[in-house]
Amino acid sequence: MNLLLNADNTGWETFTSVTAKLAGGFGTTLLLFFLTLLFAIPIGLLFACISRMRFKPLRYLMRAFIYVIRGTPLLLQLMIVVYLPGIAFDAPLTKWDIFHQNVPLAYFCGALFAFVVNYACYFAEIFRGGIENIPKGQYEACEVLGMTRTQTFFRVILLQVIRNIVAPMSNEVVTLVKDTALARTVSVVEIFFTASEILRLQFIIWPLFYTGAFYLLFSALVTLLFGLLEKKLSRYWK
Amino acid sequence: MALLEVKELTKSFGPTKVLKGITFSLQKGEVLAIIGSSGSGKTTLLRCLNFLETADGGQILVAGQPVFDAADPALLSPKNIRKNRMTFGLVFQNFQLFPQYTVLENLTLAAKLSAKMNDPDFKTNKKKIYADIDNRALALLERIGLAEKMDNHPCQLSGGQQQRVAIARALMLTPDILCFDEPTSALDPELTKEVLKVIRDLKSSGNTMVVVTHEMDFARDVADQVIFMAGGIIEEAGTPQEIFQNPKSALLKSFLSHE
Repeated sequence: MNLLLNADNTGWETFTSVTAKLAGGFGTTLLLFFLTLLFAIPIGLLFACISRMRFKPLRYLMRAFIYVIRGTPLLLQLMIVVYLPGIAFDAPLTKWDIFHQNVPLAYFCGALFAFVVNYACYFAEIFRGGIENIPKGQYEACEVLGMTRTQTFFRVILLQVIRNIVAPMSNEVVTLVKDTALARTVSVVEIFFTASEILRLQFIIWPLFYTGAFYLLFSALVTLLFGLLEKKLSRYWK
Repeated sequence: MALLEVKELTKSFGPTKVLKGITFSLQKGEVLAIIGSSGSGKTTLLRCLNFLETADGGQILVAGQPVFDAADPALLSPKNIRKNRMTFGLVFQNFQLFPQYTVLENLTLAAKLSAKMNDPDFKTNKKKIYADIDNRALALLERIGLAEKMDNHPCQLSGGQQQRVAIARALMLTPDILCFDEPTSALDPELTKEVLKVIRDLKSSGNTMVVVTHEMDFARDVADQVIFMAGGIIEEAGTPQEIFQNPKSALLKSFLSHE
């Protein structure tokens, strides 16, 4: 109780300085969020295509990989990416020359890699579902109208796929907002890490709870954006 | 000369022989009704005509020219198939309109894409070409009585209206032979009527059509020829009178008695 309501810790000045620090940490959170989306969406599309390929070995390899990634905790994957090279191969991320011994950057890149792979697998399954849900008749209708395969995909199929995946993507992306907090476990100084540092150094506990406001605000924004997209797409067809 | 000649068409899916040698011909302006129970091969036959399936054997000739010949691989190149399939139009049982486009766009999409690809004057004359396509689409919509729905999306139309739009969409590409795959099976009797009225109207303006149907009254009234299929062969063929008043084969008699 003392820690929560101590007069020293609840002044306006403390509040603004904590807010500034958390906002700084949230910047890293957002960077991780947007970079993950930026890479995971195209890679997910690639994974979806591979897992639909006619060439069976590659198809089943891809599906097995997706199964493993979706079947294990992201937390574990983070630790494997960030710590395993050092433990198993004596090649810790921080020793890789490209990072020039920049520890925070090395850990950030490691975490980003794990996030991208993990989310690409989830997205791949969403994309695959979205593509496979298009009735065969839509392709056939295009075919009998003399359209080429490229025209069929870009002019008829693609928008229907997007329409199919908006709702599940919205779910996944909101989950990503909150999953970024896991990066704290591999020393990425995002908002949650920042709040725990404040607790450790200044003995102020409320910033830990205050982080929730940042997450809430951001998920609200994401939900709103997806809602608008969904509304725009479903204005004309069910 | 017959407009459409089909000779000894065969098709198997794995070990199952679905078409066991189908031969018939159709004059210009005639309507052919194909009847038969489910699994008799009538839909497969229609899909072979429209190149959605590749027949294993036999020939298809349109106005004397082969458009399909199982023995001639040159005819089966993707380029030739794309060219030859435009001889045929197909209307699906479940309409298969494009949900994201308006009625007008559904009609014009393929024609515009085709003009973009094939019309040598496209670059210099784009506006006029597109305007012509729009006007043709509007004229067709007038004809099927749906001009006022041009800016609606398919989900805002009744099933009968959607099927009429699908017919207009197929007509946009001016096929020589228009095929229908059970065009009214997904519709209630009231909506069936409005679709059949459009098909009748097409016949009176000289369109050649092949209709797979379960509507025996329609086959009797509109068709010039009726083919009864059973087990992958043409069990009996003839005029509607011969088929409906004087069926010879036992299978056809039994089929008609169930209707």
